[in-house]
Amino acid sequence: MTKLLASGSEFVAPGVKDFFLPPIFGSVTKPMVLLVLSIVIIAVFFIVATRNLKVVPGKFQFAAESLYDFGRNNIAREQIGAKDFKPFIPLVLTIFTFILVNNLFGLIPIVQFPTMSHIGFPLAVSLLVVYPVYHFVGFKRHGFVGYLKHQTVPPGAPWFVLPLLIPIEFFQKFILNPLTLAIRVFAAMFAGHLLLLVFTLAGEFLLLNGGITVIVAPVSFAFAIALTFLEALIMCLQAYIFALLSASYIGMALAEEH
Amino acid sequence: MDTLILAAEGPVNPVIPHTSEIILGLVAFLLLLFVIKKFVAPRFEALYEERTAKIEGGIEKAEQAQAEAQRALEQYKEQLAEARAEAARIRDDARAEGLQIVEELREQAQAESARIVAQGQHQLDAQRAQIVAELRADLGRTAVELASKVVGESLEDDARRRGTVDRFLNELDAVAAPAGK
Repeated sequence: MTKLLASGSEFVAPGVKDFFLPPIFGSVTKPMVLLVLSIVIIAVFFIVATRNLKVVPGKFQFAAESLYDFGRNNIAREQIGAKDFKPFIPLVLTIFTFILVNNLFGLIPIVQFPTMSHIGFPLAVSLLVVYPVYHFVGFKRHGFVGYLKHQTVPPGAPWFVLPLLIPIEFFQKFILNPLTLAIRVFAAMFAGHLLLLVFTLAGEFLLLNGGITVIVAPVSFAFAIALTFLEALIMCLQAYIFALLSASYIGMALAEEH
Repeated sequence: MDTLILAAEGPVNPVIPHTSEIILGLVAFLLLLFVIKKFVAPRFEALYEERTAKIEGGIEKAEQAQAEAQRALEQYKEQLAEARAEAARIRDDARAEGLQIVEELREQAQAESARIVAQGQHQLDAQRAQIVAELRADLGRTAVELASKVVGESLEDDARRRGTVDRFLNELDAVAAPAGK
């Protein structure tokens, strides 16, 4: 691929086309394979880790337990509240690990592709899972009208701003939230991967296409490495934010008051 | 130049999701959710409960042991105090008894000695009286015999004789009394 791009003496910047590689076979593409791989990795990891749980954990169990604890206590319990969080632990944990592993694919050698940079995947989770779940539990808890009022009328707002506030709140809660949730992680992964591509390909181009510019090539590679560390942080952070916001939406839908 | 790869698909807009990806994403996610909900979360929750129970049980056990130790200590202290009190009581009793015994013995000894003294006195008195009586009778007879021999005649008149003897004895008594005293 890079050969194609850098074949001429003119540098061709990487772009959207680099995210849509030709299918591996049939209509199966690389991100699809990675996605399936990710759920296999997570499922096997957790099933193996929980096969023989001990009260005093070993190293492996401790690692799995820390991950579970993080989803359970730091995200689900904090956001949903100690009263209601129990049924949502699996959902929050699944979201967190699912996004995390798929993001980290962008850093793993050979794999090197963040699955979540294809908007279809985060959108599936946010629009088809998180969105129905939190509205469903909200309607169930407060009743149809009660929930609409609960979500769109902030308590303590003066009556004359309500005509303005209600449409805004409605638009945000029922249309914007799931979209922003998906776009946030998609955009971060897309931009991050693009940045890495730019610096890596530029470095390669500078190195191969001779002249005095060879000296600058290491700088480009150094940037690519530095950005890799930054990306690692962002990948974890985005997974955390996705899970945190999902839990927060559920928590808000269930809350008695805002 | 870059259309070599994507020529077949035409320009791609990355913001437009692919239907196939959404479906695959959803199915994969739900599968993972199912696995975690069915196998992972319950196991962890069970572990947490077990751990909580164990820790709470441990604490309870420790508290029980402590209470038991406290009870034993109190019991021990109580017994010790009781033993001390009893020892003191026995000591006091013994002292009192000892004093009593000494007192009794002393009284007994005194009574005995008094009795012995009194008996001796009594005996002495009786012997003395007997001796005096005997002596008096002897002396009377001897005196009379002596007198009759001296006088040479029998004093026929009993009354006179008695009076004489008695007078003599009285005089004798009067002489002997200051010496006997």
